[in-house]
Amino acid sequence: MSKPKKLSVIGKPRRRVDGASKVTGQTQFADDIVLPRMLHCKLLRSHLPHANIKSLDVSRAERHPGVKLVLSGKDFSNEYGILPVSQDEWPLCKDKVRFVGDPVAAVIAIDEITAAEALDLIEVEYEPLMTIADAVEGLNNPDSRLHEYSEEGNVHKRLSYEFGDVEAALAESDHVFEDTFFYEGNTHMPMEQHAAIGHVEADGRITLWSSTQCPHYVHRAIAKALEIPTAMIRVIATPNGGGFGGKTDPFNHEMVVVKAAILLGRPVKVALTREEVFYCHRGRHPVLMKFRTGVTNDGKLTGMHLQTLLDGGAYGSYGVASTFYTCVLQPTTYKLPRYAFDACRVFTNKPPCGPKRGHGTVQPRFGQEVQLDKIAEKLKMDPAAFRLNIVEQAGALTANYLKIGSMGLVECINKVVERSDWKNKYGKLPKGKGIGIACSAYLTGAGNSIYWNAMPHSGVQLKLDRSGKVTVFCGATEIGQGSDDVLVGIVAEVLGLDPILIRCVTGDTDLTPVDLGSYSSRVTLMMGNAAIQAAERARDLIAEAVAKRLEVPIELLVFADNRVFIAEDPEKGLDFHKAVVCAEEMHGTLGTTGSYAPPEPPGKYRGGGVGPSPAYSYTAAVVELDIDEQTGWINVERVYIAHDVGKALNPILTRGQVQGGVYMGLGEALMEEQTFRRLPARLSNALVHQTPSILEYKTLTSHDMPEVIIDLIEDPDENGPFGAKEAGQGPLTPIIPALANAVYDAVGVRIDEVPITAEKILKALDQKARGGEGRVGPDKFPDIEWPEPFQVPPPWEGGDGDAVNKPQRKRAAKMHEMDKFKKVASS
Amino acid sequence: MMRLPRFRYYAPREIAEAAQILAGEATDAMVIAGGTDLIPNMKRKQQMPKTLIALRNVETLKQIKNGSGLSMGAGLTLTDIVRNDNVKADYAGLWQAAVQVATPHLRNMGTIGGNICLDTRCSYYDQNYEWRKAINYCMKKDGEICWVSTGSKRCLATSSTDTAPALISLGAKVRLVSAEDEREILLSDLYQDDGMDYLLRRPNEIVSEVILPEAGNWKSTYWKLRRRGSFDFPVLSVAAAVSMAKDGSIDKARIVLGAVASQPLVCEKVDEFLQGKKLSDKVIAEASALCGKTARPVKNTDFAPAWRKRAIVRIAAYALQELRGDDMSEQRRKIAKHVL
Repeated sequence: MSKPKKLSVIGKPRRRVDGASKVTGQTQFADDIVLPRMLHCKLLRSHLPHANIKSLDVSRAERHPGVKLVLSGKDFSNEYGILPVSQDEWPLCKDKVRFVGDPVAAVIAIDEITAAEALDLIEVEYEPLMTIADAVEGLNNPDSRLHEYSEEGNVHKRLSYEFGDVEAALAESDHVFEDTFFYEGNTHMPMEQHAAIGHVEADGRITLWSSTQCPHYVHRAIAKALEIPTAMIRVIATPNGGGFGGKTDPFNHEMVVVKAAILLGRPVKVALTREEVFYCHRGRHPVLMKFRTGVTNDGKLTGMHLQTLLDGGAYGSYGVASTFYTCVLQPTTYKLPRYAFDACRVFTNKPPCGPKRGHGTVQPRFGQEVQLDKIAEKLKMDPAAFRLNIVEQAGALTANYLKIGSMGLVECINKVVERSDWKNKYGKLPKGKGIGIACSAYLTGAGNSIYWNAMPHSGVQLKLDRSGKVTVFCGATEIGQGSDDVLVGIVAEVLGLDPILIRCVTGDTDLTPVDLGSYSSRVTLMMGNAAIQAAERARDLIAEAVAKRLEVPIELLVFADNRVFIAEDPEKGLDFHKAVVCAEEMHGTLGTTGSYAPPEPPGKYRGGGVGPSPAYSYTAAVVELDIDEQTGWINVERVYIAHDVGKALNPILTRGQVQGGVYMGLGEALMEEQTFRRLPARLSNALVHQTPSILEYKTLTSHDMPEVIIDLIEDPDENGPFGAKEAGQGPLTPIIPALANAVYDAVGVRIDEVPITAEKILKALDQKARGGEGRVGPDKFPDIEWPEPFQVPPPWEGGDGDAVNKPQRKRAAKMHEMDKFKKVASS
Repeated sequence: MMRLPRFRYYAPREIAEAAQILAGEATDAMVIAGGTDLIPNMKRKQQMPKTLIALRNVETLKQIKNGSGLSMGAGLTLTDIVRNDNVKADYAGLWQAAVQVATPHLRNMGTIGGNICLDTRCSYYDQNYEWRKAINYCMKKDGEICWVSTGSKRCLATSSTDTAPALISLGAKVRLVSAEDEREILLSDLYQDDGMDYLLRRPNEIVSEVILPEAGNWKSTYWKLRRRGSFDFPVLSVAAAVSMAKDGSIDKARIVLGAVASQPLVCEKVDEFLQGKKLSDKVIAEASALCGKTARPVKNTDFAPAWRKRAIVRIAAYALQELRGDDMSEQRRKIAKHVL
């Protein structure tokens, strides 16, 4: 027990524990749940993009045969939202609709078709308002204001930070590069559409089954929105048929079915259509960005000033965090002596944006990695060698006080360079064929919770008994990423068991200890560490009993092969089953717990809580493609990717995550876009989603997937369970800039906006043929009035992690909250 | 989930019975074969028949007969067509078109008759009821205006069938059965350039059979352009068939473009241009450019019209190069995103 034993489960490729039930159709997703006397709910959604609700008459719908209940905004008295600073959503709109798809009423009926028929009978009188279609329109039209609590006009949030004097650094640089980029918004497109069932037990307690990534946050939001004590609510996260960040917010449909179940005393289900999933959204923000980067003649970065403008859509969601994430991870890949950023999020009349795989970091990484390609070209350096020359060190503290642990980026770059035969291909392929490289980093779990608290981020509980079976409980949610498998694998490793002897119970707020949820790539690390602690405590209890029975020192015992035995004399020992009986005899009923909270982040400045993580994963990717110059048609032939995962707990799953990241990255690079359509203004005020269907919103099919050559780099991180870091989000990010850089290598045009389509390439080629620069992308970044920046000197300039000034900030959101609470209290 | 509206359902076993029911129900009824087009349209309330007459139990519609040419029952699935060796050997254009329709699952359900009658498509029309309400509908369903071109007097929805251009290039005819009579017409005569009334089928007629003339020395091909290698409807397609003399000069050519008008677009000028010529690089370039000039894509599918107009020149050239005998497998792999 004292000696580290050889790993027998961790690191071995295994079939995932939930695999067989998924491929045989046994897994029960939310929409598979059918309860006795269950009713069905449909939502009436606004068909106007921005309007005041003048009146709403549900009487005809109520009289429709089969209809049991019609709800509208007046049936709810509290707002909710994922972030404490953005409590701006209503279960059903009260006095205003803010995008096409905003829900205004709900019909609960004996079946879906009856509910849908009754939607047509609800009469809503609207007063249309001017619509805001994008961030720049939002800046220019402050009077057509979506939310009262915004900083001003439609500006939801502005940030401004300086880590050292960047202007001075740029002034002293040999070269300063200024580039603007645009990243179009896109959505998650999980295979499973959201569904939820509200249910009230006979004693009045409430259960919600929902396809959510974050049952704990949904639990809190229901308590607040419906004013029900948390102890009366149980949230069960059903296995998600894909999440990707799209199921991390509490949703209006969840509130509605719980409310309806309470009022009717019958279970109520809602199963969203694909269109409605596009309206839930919370996907990638469209981001306009401007990079000013200084470099020396020998290719070292001197400083960077990044400005980002986010099109937030109609509600706050995770938007304030997303805004930080468009800037905070820039210094984690390459050594950046000075750094400054300004970021601004604007409300628009479109479905709310939020966290999608790579949350907020994917857009600026695209800009940064394409700009590095341009810099390398100007300096006549090989883009791979240029990057190797500036990679940040393991253990470094960045200019913005992010503490890096293990760092395998150099190995990642070297690996993809070798695998792709980069040196013989870059700049040397025939015209039309190209190769490009890019890198990225990502968090392994956010260092802070969504709401401030001093409790664990993840809790794990273990139950063992005379059956020989171990049950492990954790609030984490299986969303297809394999978290159940990670949980079982870790417990199996520590207790020396075959995974089949372990059952896991996850994502149930009544049965399982709190885990904050499956977002931010946090589960493997945080749940994993908690699981190790719980399992080691159980192991110690068992070892104590077995040592006594065998009359040997406890240190000699080993847990492996479903047995507890003496390392030097393996014949002498007990089956695990008997060992547990021994332990139950000695200690009574067996149960242990484990918990995990991330380390205190070194940055003490206000806002420094977004960006810190216990560990950062690193990725490098090379994309090889060819382009038909007559049409701009793109064919991606191969993707080489190396991902520093610290330690692959189950390499099959890890590789699957990396491959999935490549898949989604290629989709974003080539075709995915959540765009909106206006009609001629003289005829219509419409602002509608262009392609709210799984057919016309384009994601790659299996035929479009190129060959993907994956290497896992294992540079264990001391904060990770068995050294593991994340793999779910990071690998997506370098694909997009690597593809853009490959396009340039192939045909010499720069597409500085995403997606990169045949049409844009052809446009740039035409432009180049006419003597132009051969570029498609934004030309300018709008003038925004930035607040006074927080000035935080970097560690090497005498900084202690705190700001040296005290800029004033509006506390608009908090004021708004207080007003509302006063209103609730007085009524 | 989006639910189907309520409707009455008949599933006769004989085509005559189907025709009788259709005659009795008139315009409120629609014929359903595989349902891959109609069912989603009904869920989105684009088409709202009160009665459906299913052809799935009519066994005579599932026959394929060799003789002089090839006679295919309208109820054959696209998978049936793809798996037929005669089709693959003698009518390559049809095989290539059928194998590129939608996805394997949809081809297992969708029929050749259904694909010929496929509803015209438009990004303002192929949306659910609530979405169409948000734009106040369009003239094809529930509204007044064509949002593709607000000045247009007619609906500009796009013919998106893959098999029809290929069949027309092969000189196919269709048999139409009604309670009163039967008739056989050239498939090209089934269509007109109107997004709403795109079929010249009488309301009481059922397409029962597709008849191909003997292949003889005709060679054919079908090239489909779409964003992805599966699932998508065409944003443009080129069906080309030529019969060549021994010296390689063209006796007769039939070029048909798909997805650039409200009907399959027969390019008679290109056919005339090619007649008597050999497929030299220069002839191919000129013929392809002529295809580009003939096409009139509008902004109601994926990809911008201007790009589609240019891409068609490239794709038409690929088609003609293939008919000349060039090895086009690499280009085919890149355009189709897989080996057909």
